[in-house]
Amino acid sequence: MQALIPALAEWYDLRDIGNAVGALLEQMEDWGAPDWVPYVVSGLIGVLAILLWTVLSVLAFIWIERRVVGLMQNRIGPNRVGPSGLLQPVADVLKLLFKEPITTRDADKVLFWLAPIVIFIPTLVVFAVIPFGERMVLADLNVGVLFLIAVGSINTIAVFMAGWASNNKYALLGAMRTIAMLISYELIQVLVLLAAVLFVGSMRLGDIVAWQQDYGVWLLFLQPLGLLGYVIAGAVEMNRSPTDIAEAESEIVAGYHTEYGGIKFGFFYQAEYLAGFAIAAVIVTLYMGGWTLWGLEEWVPGWLIFLAKLYGVFFIYIWSRGTLPRLRIDQLMAFAWKFLLPLSLVNVMVVGGEMLLWQEAELSSGEALPLFGVVNFALAIGLIGGWAWFLGQLREERVAHRAILTQELGAIYYGEPAAHL
Amino acid sequence: MSVDLEHYLIVGALLFAIGLYLALAKRNFVAVLMGIELMFNAVNLTFVSFSRFVESPNPLDGHVFVVFVITVAAAEAATALALAVLLYRVRDTIDVDRIDLLKW
Amino acid sequence: MQSAEWSDPPGRGGGDRLMDDTGTVVAFWLLSAITVGAALMVVAVRNLVHAVVFLILSFVGVAGLYITLSADFVAVTQILIYAGAVSVLMLFAIVLTPRGDRDNRETFLRLPALLLALVVAFTLGYVAIDTEWAISDREGFEETASVIGEALLDKYVLPFEIASVLLLVAMLGAIVLVRPESGVEEAPE
Repeated sequence: MQALIPALAEWYDLRDIGNAVGALLEQMEDWGAPDWVPYVVSGLIGVLAILLWTVLSVLAFIWIERRVVGLMQNRIGPNRVGPSGLLQPVADVLKLLFKEPITTRDADKVLFWLAPIVIFIPTLVVFAVIPFGERMVLADLNVGVLFLIAVGSINTIAVFMAGWASNNKYALLGAMRTIAMLISYELIQVLVLLAAVLFVGSMRLGDIVAWQQDYGVWLLFLQPLGLLGYVIAGAVEMNRSPTDIAEAESEIVAGYHTEYGGIKFGFFYQAEYLAGFAIAAVIVTLYMGGWTLWGLEEWVPGWLIFLAKLYGVFFIYIWSRGTLPRLRIDQLMAFAWKFLLPLSLVNVMVVGGEMLLWQEAELSSGEALPLFGVVNFALAIGLIGGWAWFLGQLREERVAHRAILTQELGAIYYGEPAAHL
Repeated sequence: MSVDLEHYLIVGALLFAIGLYLALAKRNFVAVLMGIELMFNAVNLTFVSFSRFVESPNPLDGHVFVVFVITVAAAEAATALALAVLLYRVRDTIDVDRIDLLKW
Repeated sequence: MQSAEWSDPPGRGGGDRLMDDTGTVVAFWLLSAITVGAALMVVAVRNLVHAVVFLILSFVGVAGLYITLSADFVAVTQILIYAGAVSVLMLFAIVLTPRGDRDNRETFLRLPALLLALVVAFTLGYVAIDTEWAISDREGFEETASVIGEALLDKYVLPFEIASVLLLVAMLGAIVLVRPESGVEEAPE
């Protein structure tokens, strides 16, 4: 893959950390290391970099989220520990480390211990295919987009293990609801990402970023319906409000991680943030141009641009947490199957038609892409409005029935004759 | 030390035999289904290793076949598990030794 | 991190039709051990949920073996469908079925089954080793997804369409089979 940023590929060129690593590996080969050493070392450096960055980001965002959500809810948020609460994440982590990790007596010990580990792995592995910069991909797979979805589907196994091993019927119930949610929105994710892949013609994430740079347009301008679908499906996959049905403290205690305490809960907590970063990273890579910014990447390091965009997208998720009320499970499932699924199918068909039109009519990209953008936006607005109106017409008129218990109590208290007595 | 077609075929044969044992010798319906899925996996592995190693005008036909096998296996697993739940509802057990109404 | 020069793992320079570089050999033996070991544990454990977890491990091992065979699309599809969906189906079925049958016992036919399994294993192994396979000189595949996609829409379009109808029928059948017998009663007014 030729360099997208021209010239100046010295090791101190911080615009692309791959330069420094490449120089180090060449140096190692000059020292006469065997063939496999540079390969393994480059892998290790990538893994360590990702681990370091994710942990530091999670620490930072624990504080940011709690402050921001607090300010949105017209309260201050944590401000005791350290200057304006900046050491709050440290306090949180220390608390989790010092708490006793209790395993309940009848819990399935092996699965109970395994579940936090298995939920942590997919969220971390996703970062292996995401391009942070030009030569900063740990593994630019040919099937990168499918890999993202496949690895995300392992979350369902981990959630089931956590819910089952707790030997707690509320945990199992929470796990079942979470799994139903996750698999429904996985389908939406696949269809939406399929439309994006159709535009680019390749499932490789590096190719998708390169396409967005070559044509000078972000995929979100061409795929508004896709972006909307993926943002919502991503919010569900991260178990975040407004869709945090599994761990809504006011509803089901803590869902599938009720019985977990101490550092085991710390793993679930961190996995939630990491999943958020992973979804945000996928949105940035696929829909917002990745590490490119219409030429700015020649002066500003690409990975800084990427991180700025990623944190911006994650901030939108924090914003939605502080603002939107929680959805019910049946509302969420109905939304996925009745609303988002037909829309994403129509989206795929329309994108396929557009690709065919582009090839057959031999349009240049300058005339094709604005046309597609306008058509897709009009279609998105029309479809969302029209389909929502149509589904609203189909809903039966709801007459509020009083619950049976209150009917009987009403008969006693207010002297009304109960219908069935 | 190299890895050849025979190595993969032997791994496939072992998986197939283990799946066969599971399908024939287990009492729980879901365990029988697990054996069947293992047999599917063994067959897929054999297809893919043939596709990689053997001379052919269209080597990736093996992969296409594997995609179809995975699809049909998923459909079959869904139907079989729906049958398992229904069986429990009707016969109150999913022990294959006790589901013997058609015996002589 | 990979820079462009190091994107090929070592040993690929002279073509890998022999697959004899250390990395591939180590990966093959490790993954085969995991896969076959996990399959044996499925037979041996006494708890059905643990058996399903070992089965998932076996599926992931098989996906790893696909990657050593440079079948990237099939490997990712295997993880997506088998480890992600079929396994969840099996776990749901275990939850919905009685507790007493979850101990992974064998039937009274276990010895004939064991004999049959051993005979099948030996036969297949003997045929695999003894046959003169027409090994080609080809290296590993570069990218399989586009070729598979073209084949699915060009040469194998009929099985593809039939497979989609099959999936639809299976989905509808599963829903119809597990529906409750009578309609849900309405709450009294």
